[in-house]
Amino acid sequence: MKTLYFAWRYLWARPLGAALNVLLLSLGLASITFLLLVGAQLSKAFDRDLAGIDVVVGAKGSPMQLILSGVLHIDVPPGNVPLKAVRELEKHPMVASIIPISLGDNLQGFRIVGTSHAYLAHYQATLAQGALWTRPMEVVVGATAARKLGLQLGNTFAGSHGLGAGGHAHGDSAYTVTGILAPSSSVLDRLILTDTASVWKVHEDFTALDDEDREVMEDEREITMALVRYKTPLAAMSFPRFVNTSTEMQAASPALEITRLLSMLGLGTEVMRAFAGVLLLTAGLSVFIALWSAVRERRADLALLRMLGAPPARVAALLLCEAVWLGVLAAVTGVLLGQAFTAALAWLLQLDNSLLIGGMVWPVQLWVVPCLALGVSLVSALLPTVSAYRVSVLELLQSR
Amino acid sequence: MIRTKGLAYHYPGADSALQFPDVVVAQGAVLLLSGPSGCGKSTWLALAAGLVAPTAGTVEVAGQPLHALKSVAADAWRARAIGFLPQKLHLSAALTVQQNLAIAQWAAGQPEDADAIHTALQALGVAELAHRKPAQLSGGQAQRVALARAVLLQPQVILADEPTASLDDAAAADAVALLLTTARAQGATLVIATHDARVAQCIPPGSDGQTGFQPLRLVHKQLSNA
Repeated sequence: MKTLYFAWRYLWARPLGAALNVLLLSLGLASITFLLLVGAQLSKAFDRDLAGIDVVVGAKGSPMQLILSGVLHIDVPPGNVPLKAVRELEKHPMVASIIPISLGDNLQGFRIVGTSHAYLAHYQATLAQGALWTRPMEVVVGATAARKLGLQLGNTFAGSHGLGAGGHAHGDSAYTVTGILAPSSSVLDRLILTDTASVWKVHEDFTALDDEDREVMEDEREITMALVRYKTPLAAMSFPRFVNTSTEMQAASPALEITRLLSMLGLGTEVMRAFAGVLLLTAGLSVFIALWSAVRERRADLALLRMLGAPPARVAALLLCEAVWLGVLAAVTGVLLGQAFTAALAWLLQLDNSLLIGGMVWPVQLWVVPCLALGVSLVSALLPTVSAYRVSVLELLQSR
Repeated sequence: MIRTKGLAYHYPGADSALQFPDVVVAQGAVLLLSGPSGCGKSTWLALAAGLVAPTAGTVEVAGQPLHALKSVAADAWRARAIGFLPQKLHLSAALTVQQNLAIAQWAAGQPEDADAIHTALQALGVAELAHRKPAQLSGGQAQRVALARAVLLQPQVILADEPTASLDDAAAADAVALLLTTARAQGATLVIATHDARVAQCIPPGSDGQTGFQPLRLVHKQLSNA
């Protein structure tokens, strides 16, 4: 303990140099913390939100857009598909279940999703207050959406057209809040859920010219997409091909599209990782220079410790402990900075209610950061420590 | 007590070895190790402190034959038996006076003993400076602190390396008097390595009228093949 104490005193004998070294090392570690946090949380979010969905069927277009818009709710859908066609798919022998998803409106940027109770059951959502909808124009609000919008049971509101804030309001069709979900850490937290019929009602009321027109519209009802579960994994071989070739719709596999997305993001991640590596290398060199200078400047002090009876290992340990302090301080600062960067990014992205990432979490991968900090510090301290180990008392005696 | 016999040290790469006269210094006596720069005073101190092993001959300090000690044991022995006052003092600027003494206890592998530190500082009249940094001390105060550090563990031998260098006559006399008083109070053998002729004049004669120190003069001619 005393070794750590004296190492601390020696380290802060030059406060500016020590602080700059800690800062430099921290910046590299903060970059790595940021990458790890974002990567781990995105991966967790993808795993959680895509679980149990074998394929998504929607309008033809970009399959990745279909997944991002319909499952993760971070993009606009490529279009709508006829309800009749989806009902036909329900009869397919390889389909176990279908969850309809209808998009089109929002409340201050929070999406209003027309669906069935099966959607809530799929994510094992539980109610914190109230009850599920029993008729059109009743809504259940996700925990985050309710908190941010200040919605409570019995409140009514009108949705706005489109998926982002700023569309014109459907003033004639008011939704009523009948339930608020408990936080589930899933995509449901930031959604407003209602019966599919609500979405039809709002838009038919808005566009229908007369009763005859309404009847035509009812006959041509659409949904945005369907989340499909297979009866058997073997369906993955043939069902998407069947949909893509035999219908006017497309089938997109979440697993394939997310893998493609992650590989596209991978290049950016690699660049950031390389940048963090360069920062760490620079920091390591800086720590090396600082400790090497410390040994040179304090050579006589270290030799005196030998003269006072300290074995070489104890003198070397003093320097090694300085490196440990640098590593510990940089690890703490780096992790805090990385968490702050991630929280800042989450705050920016949540402005449009998109990705579920945030600071102040500790995925298991984050243990890499303190290990890296100590590793870089100790490796940088290696040569200075050997030099301290070999310090000659004769030099002290002869340095007059 | 210090006893050397046939002592020689050969620096690696040097053509010849330094050879030293035999000497026997009684416990509590003063040895004045003198000679010009480069004559081997530092090497003699290093040999007496067990920091280097002699190429030839034997050294016995405080009853311990040093050639019998391995390096770790030599470090432990040195911590207990030797107090060292370097010429440049080498008080760490990063530490307070108190911590400069505490690190000597740490170097010796002993737990921190604040009472012992206080006693050592008090004996040298600098206890009130315990929380100051070395930069806040005068030259005389710094030397007292360094001497307190040297005698903190109550060594049997005090090695003082050029203790009067860069001091004026009055300060040099004070420094020597302080060393003699402290060594006497501890009952320690005092070795003063110096090329300063004033040191001999500052050491008062003994009660028998003889010089108060035992001289050991080293000269350059001690170089020989070994």
